[in-house]
Amino acid sequence: MFRLPIGDFFERGIDFLKVHGESFFNALKESVLFIIQHFENLLQWIPWWMLILIFVILAFSLSGKKLAIFTGLGLTFIYSLDLWSETLDTLSLVLSSTLFTLLIGIPLGVAMSKNDNTQKILQPILDFMQTMPAFIYLIPSVIFFGLGKMPGAIATIIFAMPPVVKLTNLGIRQVPKDVIEAAISFGCTQKQMLRKVQIPLALPTILTGINQTIMLSLSMVVISAMIGARGLGEVVYSGVTQMKIGKGFEGGIAVVILAIILDRLTQSLGIHKKRKQNNK
Amino acid sequence: MLKLAVKNLYKIYGSKPQRSLELVRQGVSKEELLKKTGNGIGVCKVNFEVEEGSIFVIMGLSGSGKSTLIRCLNRLIEPTSGSVFIDGHDICSYDEKQLLSIRRNKIAMVFQHFALLPHKTIEENVAFGLEIQNTSVEYRHQKACDALALVGLKGYENAYPNELSGGMQQRVGLARALAIDADILLMDEAFSALDPLIRSEMQDELMSIQDSMKKTIIFITHDLDEALKIGDQIAIMKDGAIIQTGSPEEILEHPADEYVRSFIKDVDRSKILTASSVMKKPDAIITQKGGLHLAVRKMRESKMSSIFVINKDKTLQGLLTIDSALEALKKGETDVTKYLLYDIEKAVPDTSLNELLPSAVRSKYPIAIVDKEERLLGIVARVAVLSGLSGEEVPNV
Ligand SMILES: Nc1ncnc2c1ncn2[C@@H]1O[C@H](COP(=O)(O)OP(=O)(O)OP(=O)(O)O)[C@@H](O)[C@H]1O
Ligand SMILES: [Mg+2]
Repeated sequence: MFRLPIGDFFERGIDFLKVHGESFFNALKESVLFIIQHFENLLQWIPWWMLILIFVILAFSLSGKKLAIFTGLGLTFIYSLDLWSETLDTLSLVLSSTLFTLLIGIPLGVAMSKNDNTQKILQPILDFMQTMPAFIYLIPSVIFFGLGKMPGAIATIIFAMPPVVKLTNLGIRQVPKDVIEAAISFGCTQKQMLRKVQIPLALPTILTGINQTIMLSLSMVVISAMIGARGLGEVVYSGVTQMKIGKGFEGGIAVVILAIILDRLTQSLGIHKKRKQNNK
Repeated sequence: MLKLAVKNLYKIYGSKPQRSLELVRQGVSKEELLKKTGNGIGVCKVNFEVEEGSIFVIMGLSGSGKSTLIRCLNRLIEPTSGSVFIDGHDICSYDEKQLLSIRRNKIAMVFQHFALLPHKTIEENVAFGLEIQNTSVEYRHQKACDALALVGLKGYENAYPNELSGGMQQRVGLARALAIDADILLMDEAFSALDPLIRSEMQDELMSIQDSMKKTIIFITHDLDEALKIGDQIAIMKDGAIIQTGSPEEILEHPADEYVRSFIKDVDRSKILTASSVMKKPDAIITQKGGLHLAVRKMRESKMSSIFVINKDKTLQGLLTIDSALEALKKGETDVTKYLLYDIEKAVPDTSLNELLPSAVRSKYPIAIVDKEERLLGIVARVAVLSGLSGEEVPNV
């Protein structure tokens, strides 16, 4: 039977990139690794109760009493499960890959909003990226970067990219036409338009994108335990593969608590902004 | 002085506008062009001039190209061909930098739906034009406060746009335009989103601001009453072209065609038409020294039952009726003064027909239109007031 050799093409493409893009991938690897390492060191260096306190204060100022209490209890609970260092691993991986995702994703979204052709090209690519099963990204990452945290981070960055790009694009395109016109009519330059009008007005939408990115990062970081990224994912993964159901379950709960805290925190970032405009 | 002049302005929407421009110049209509090339006509061979310190109103049905035209004046929309002169300089030949400078200093715009920045306070919104010019914070603050005081919004500096009513938001829009000290204001249906009461208030305010600051204003509206109230000149647009330009009275009295006439058919004429628009030349007058015979003959010629009497310097003396003239003749009197009626209805040329109506009802005789020095400028027959109100041609009485 005839069979299209798409898989072969893909492999050859990867080989090609591996040979010719070596210096690029090395630079990427270095910088990502650098950030992850420092994040991790920082988090490990802060005493556990202090870190919890920082999160509680953050939760209180961004959202309120309810989230502050939940954050305090949740994190203490995780600590008491003896999963603290795994949680920090996961957290630093999530935060640093999110940082890179935003660093690449937001400018990409801006570029996409500025130009219809860019949008036409990027839109299907992003759709494609979003519908691919998550662990597909692990394969090329492993090929380029071996096992460990590094490929996990790369896979996470790629996997979590689409929502922030799309929502940045959407947010900017949704800025009312007459507001744009008004800004131009008063003599705004392109740069001023972006900084003073488009980004601020698109911010709630962009923050939604950031929230989704963080959530996707977290889910990917857990999955990338399969290629040796440590953290809570590893706890769950080993629970599954070694039939240690209890341990796996504990890891799972820790992931859920972390997810809820991160989600609510980033959501209230957007609401916080809105509230200032709505009733002061 | 001429502030703004538009010469042969065209705007063709769509691709390859130059080719379509040729067709339009040859007289191809909007529909034909759309069928042939798919391009739309936004503005078609528009010419007009605006005096400094006057309000130029643009009217027209939806889609007639008003918004397109007004946006060509600050090149928010790039004209396909033609020139826009501001203070004698063609801004269509300006490069990016000159254009920015003219938008920042010369010409400001007020929008139908206010177009305020929701994330900025009222003061920051008003100061926006100055903020992007990188002026100092103190200067901005001062200017913004002045502008806010001018539109009556003192005390709202720290509020956000969504805390204000529509009328107040539009005041902010106006203050934002005033804050940059632009000479020219472009207002695209600026009051259309407001309810009638607020709207009328805003019109008064705009006129008083315009009076004190001598702004040149281009104003788009769908509302004829608004146009007649605030406009010094009114232009009526159709399919991208200006059909007629003229003062409110000219438009009302001499509509250029059916289209314009359909615009003005249900206007409240009494508020707009003034005595000067229905008055006649006082062709039946005599100086005091003139004889009674002359007076009688003139009345007979003009088929009037009375005649105004003026002095040499044209100041009004009184009214001589045919009855008293004949009586004087019978008695052989030569001095008319004894037979004059001195209690006559007088009005200045700016008096609206509405205000003239009571005089017309009260008096049996025509109304004298005089200037400040009591010089007779014209007469208004009583019937002319009524026919003026009903929009008929003023009959020659
Ligand atoms: N961006 C555009 N692309 C193509 N055609 C346009 C565009 N903008 C306006 N037009 C067309 O140009 C013509 C004039 O539009 P314009 O908006 O100037 O009308 P208007 O007189 O302001 O109408 P309204 O009273 O509804 O605001 C219309 O036929 C419209 O379809
Ligand atoms: Mg319009």
